[in-house]
Formats: sequence, structure tokens, C-alpha cells
Amino acid sequence: MTEPPSGTHPRVSREHVLHLLAQMIRIRRFEEKCAELYTQEKIRGFLHLYIGEEAVATGVMEALAPDDAVVATYREHGHAIVRGIPMTKIMAEMYGKQEGCSHGRGGSMHIFDAGTRFYGGNAIVGGGLPLAIGLALADKMQKRRRVTACFFGEGAAAEGEFHESLNLAALWKLPVLFVCENNRYAMGTALDRSESETDIHRKAESYRIASQAVDGMNVVDVEAAARQALAAVRETGAPHFLECRTYRFRAHSMFDAQLYRDKAEVEAMREHGPIKRLTEWAEATHFIHAGDLERVEAQVAEEVDTAVAFAEAGTWEPLETLTRHVMAEEARP
Amino acid sequence: MSAVETTYREAVRAAIREAMLKDERVFLMGEDVGRYGGCYAVSMGLLEEFGEERIRDTPLSESAFTGAGIGAAMGGMRPIVEVMTVNFSLLALDQIMNTAATVRHMSGGQFGVPVVIRMATGAGKQLAAQHSHSLEGWFAHIPGIRVLAPATLEDARGMLWTALEDPDPVLIFENALLYNMKGQMAADAGPVDIDKAAVRRAGDQVTLITYGGSLFKTLEAAEALAKDGVAAEVIDLRTLRPLDDATIMASVRKTRRAVVVDEGWRSGSLSAEISARITEQAFWDLDAPVGRVCSAEVPIPYAKHLEAAAIPQVPGIVQAARETLGR
Ligand SMILES: Cc1ncc(C[n+]2csc(CCOP(=O)(O)OP(=O)(O)O)c2C)c(N)n1
Repeated sequence: MTEPPSGTHPRVSREHVLHLLAQMIRIRRFEEKCAELYTQEKIRGFLHLYIGEEAVATGVMEALAPDDAVVATYREHGHAIVRGIPMTKIMAEMYGKQEGCSHGRGGSMHIFDAGTRFYGGNAIVGGGLPLAIGLALADKMQKRRRVTACFFGEGAAAEGEFHESLNLAALWKLPVLFVCENNRYAMGTALDRSESETDIHRKAESYRIASQAVDGMNVVDVEAAARQALAAVRETGAPHFLECRTYRFRAHSMFDAQLYRDKAEVEAMREHGPIKRLTEWAEATHFIHAGDLERVEAQVAEEVDTAVAFAEAGTWEPLETLTRHVMAEEARP
Repeated sequence: MSAVETTYREAVRAAIREAMLKDERVFLMGEDVGRYGGCYAVSMGLLEEFGEERIRDTPLSESAFTGAGIGAAMGGMRPIVEVMTVNFSLLALDQIMNTAATVRHMSGGQFGVPVVIRMATGAGKQLAAQHSHSLEGWFAHIPGIRVLAPATLEDARGMLWTALEDPDPVLIFENALLYNMKGQMAADAGPVDIDKAAVRRAGDQVTLITYGGSLFKTLEAAEALAKDGVAAEVIDLRTLRPLDDATIMASVRKTRRAVVVDEGWRSGSLSAEISARITEQAFWDLDAPVGRVCSAEVPIPYAKHLEAAAIPQVPGIVQAARETLGR
């Protein structure tokens, strides 16, 4: 399919298109490797893959400033990678090694990184929303002009914490960018089986939060919408809500047999995959040239290999450290 | 320094006020803390003094505003979150347990949550089951948080500042019956230790271990026992997590008998934990099984006589202490 960026889009350059593509490919290949490592039992626990949804994290993160904060869910490898946490540290965390970004305490669902203001990996559906409110409140009270981006699935919209948090954000005029990753399923529950109002962004409107739905399979659209939303948040200090309509191509987690949806549906959606779509469009518009893709793939393959080697070479935390990081280690004043 | 007359309520208020004056990052947030002056009138007058930014009324959204306190703490503020009563804190349990208590560990030590969460606890005002429970023992079960129960005016005044300086989440349980308690307190009463239990009365025949609202009943019981020639030592735990084993065991080794007085239910309670620790650490020093006085295993009833019968009272404490002495 061919679709030039519409009027509201920022001007895209060859360099930028290649960059977006590379970011999405980094997520995709990293996660494909994770799935493989999972079957080899190198990675254990819950593993939730983001494959199919790469355009959302990529587009939003592109628009964030380095000192903005990110609050994510258990499906957060993509967010962590494009936020700039080294793939090596993420992979080592998946292995449970002490070189991992959470020293093996978090695993796949709890990636944290103070350096990039990445406030986790939260495995409680809806649990990250209040946290995002608080981070934004701290910025507001300390008169810092930063934004907190909060990612969550459409399943979270059924939780009380979603509604409480949207209300507070609007009431207190907090600089939060809510990013709903609507992939249509909460585990095996389709949206229309769990919500009376399936148009999630309208829920935000009811709290008087500026809100829009965007094609979450189109990274250029997501980036454009995120840029506009973030500009508005920075300008007004008020929250903004982006519903990104997306789809996950893989099972909810590695334990999911996907009995709740048709294989044909998944196949049809794959045809609209964000990487495929950007690639085809960029080729048609000559933004990318012969050999570009191969070069990106080779670079990414090398990065993933390095990450795996780093994780393999990583070491286990000594058992004596079991009870570390429960309370602060610095002496209390 | 001279002593001044004050109430527990005023002591908590003074502590909040002082913390707000000392540190710009401190703010108070909760339901009705501002315009209304606090459900127990603790924050009366603070809105006028500090304004709406720092004395922040919240909607009835226990989970979101507790979580917002956690996020704000991670963002560099020093929030005091007030939850009206422990009963309502259950709506915020997810945030307290799954976020505040876990973030430091899950992040491998990268992020701490220096939030203080205060709430009222306890029965005795005929408010029936949904406003009268004592669930601090549940919270004391959770690694990653500190749990305080100030019983005295000095602790009500002093614990808050120490808690605010703590790099980890601190929960402060204020027994609702204590707010009206009057007494003398040093005019310059300041921060107090939050690591140690306190021996509130010395004795060498039986150790009575308690905290919060039950402290004064236990002291009364000790007084009654003294008239009977029994010298009871009374320990005020002050900190329910982490427990100060050293103070408890030192006393039990001396008296060789112990009774735990706890307004929580007996099954799976803090009293059970303390009793087990005494058995583990001081079994060979004991002359009698550890006794317990807890709430009856019923939701706290409304009718005054039933309510009184449901929670620990002086005669029950006296009797339990006597039983350890075989009298
Ligand atoms: C509070 C809570 N309830 C249930 C679960 C179990 N669970 C994990 S993921 C999930 C589905 C969430 O769907 P959604 O929010 O749409 O996000 P997605 O997985 O689609 O990205 C459920 C029910 C949970 N982790 N937390």
C-alpha cells in the first residue's frame, strides 16, 4: 500500500524513515530471539511479546524528550529498547543475570532504568496509571516542564485505577501523555466482551481530556500524533490521551494457545504489520533504496547477537545478596 | 524546656506543620484534608496556612491518590498521604503492596519510594465493622515497607519527621481513640527513633507487649497487677515492621513470661508472629506459654457492649498475665 504522510505529519526524510524502520526492526528481532530463547529455557517466567505493536512505542518514544518519564506494562521490551536502554542489559535481565538492568530481580515484566527515567515494567493491569499521575504531579509541583508518558493496554480501561487516574490528571491538570495500546484483546477477552463503550478514547473525553484515536499500525501517524499531543501537554500542562489501534501478532504470552481468535484474523492483520507497511511505503516513495533494508537487518542481527552473548556471559547474583534491595542500603539519617 | 498541654491530634498536626515548614517537598494529600480539615480534624487550619497546592484535597480515589503519592515520591517530592481509615486503605492495597513495597527490589535498587502514608485504625467508637478494624498487622507482613504505630504524644509528634527522612515507604497507624488523648509534652519535643521499641513500665515478673491504642489499657492492667503484687513490664512496640526483637527478648529473658496484647484478630496476627519469635528465640527462658489478648474473631459489632467485648480490655489483660503466673 502507498500512503504519503498527510498534512499534519512532520516532514519525513530518508534518514528518519530509515531510523523508524530500524527501531521497529530492533524490537521485532529482539523479541523473535526472546521467543527462541524461551523455548530453549534460557528465559523463563512470563514472556509477553510486543510483535505487531512496534509502531506505538517507536512513534511515541521518538517524540519524547530525554528527561520525560516513561511508565510501561509487562509487555515493555519494545518500550525499553526504543527508549534507549541497552539491549545487552535488557537481555541479561531476561536471563535473570546480575548484569541485567534490574539485577535479575525483575525479569521480562519489570525492566527499570533510572538513566532513561524508565519507571518499569508493571505487571498489574492499570497499576502504572497512578504512578504516572504522581510523577507528573512531582514535576508540576517542582515547576519542571517534563512529561510523563504512560503506556497501558485497552484492558486497563476496565480497571478503577484507569478512571481514578484520568480524573485526577484532568482535575489537577497534570502533564501526562496517556498511551492506550488497543490491541483488541485482554489476554483472551475481546474488547466488546469486556466494555460497554469500546471506543476507548471517548472515555478520556468524558473526563475532559483532549483525546484522539490513531492508526497504531502506522508509525508515522503515531509519531505525528504523539508530537502534537506532547506539544499540547508542554504548552498547557494538561494531559492528553492517545488511543493507538494496534494488534499483537503473537499469543498473549508464551502459555497462550490463542483459542479465542481466528488464525485468519491474525493473518489478515499481519498484512497490515507496521514494519511491512513502512517498508512498502518507503520503497514506493524511494525513501529507502536497494540494500538499505539488508544493512539495517545486518546491524540489528549483530546487536541482538551481542545482547545474547552478553547475557550468556553474565553471572548469577550470589545467594548472599538475596535480601538486597528490599529497603534502602544507605544508612538512614 | 517547659511542658505544654496538648492532644494526640494536635501533636500529629504540629508534626505535619513542622515538616511542611522544614522541607518544601513535603505536602499532604488525601480525602477531606483541606477544606474539611481532615476527617479526624488533624489537618484543621493547614489549608489556610499552606494553600491548596500543599494541602491537597483528593477525590474518593484511594488507589489513584496513594499511587500518586508513590509516583510523586519517586519524582522527588516527600508526600504525606492520608487515608481516612485503614478500612479504606484496602482500595489502595494494590499500590501499597504491588508498587510501593516492590519497586526498589524489582528495579534492582535503582528506585526508592520515600512516601509516608498515614491512616486511622482501631475500634471503640461504635462505628461498626467497616470503620473499626485493626489491619496494621497485615501491613506488617509486607517486606519493603516500614510500619509505625505511635501511641504516645511524643511519638505522634516525633515519628513523622523521622518517617519523612526514611528513603523507603513508611505507613503510620494512628489509633482513632487516641486523637482526643490529652497530656503534657515538652514544648521542644522533636524527632524520635523509629527503630526501637520502648519499655513504658519496668517490671520483672511478666512482659506485656503491645502498641498503639492498647498501650494505655495495658499500662492500666499493669497498674492493677502491681496492686496485686505482680510487677509487669510493658513494652510499646512502636514499630511493627521491622520488629525490635532485641528489646522483646531482653525483657522476656528477665521476666520469663509474656503476654501479647493486639487489637488485630488472633488468627494469623502480629501477636502470632511475636509469640512465635519468643518461642524461637527465648523458649528455654520461658516459665509459661506466651499468652495473647486479641480481638474476638468477629467483624467488630456496633452495639457498645458487644464492641467492648470484641476488643482487648483491661480485665482480660490482667487475667492473661495472671495465667502466665499460674494465679
Ligand atoms: C490487575 C490484574 N488483573 C489481571 C491480570 C492478568 N492479566 C495479565 S495481562 C492481562 C490482559 C491485559 O490486557 P491489556 O490491558 O489489553 O494489555 P495487553 O496484554 O493486550 O497488552 C490480564 C488479564 C493482571 N496482570 N493484573
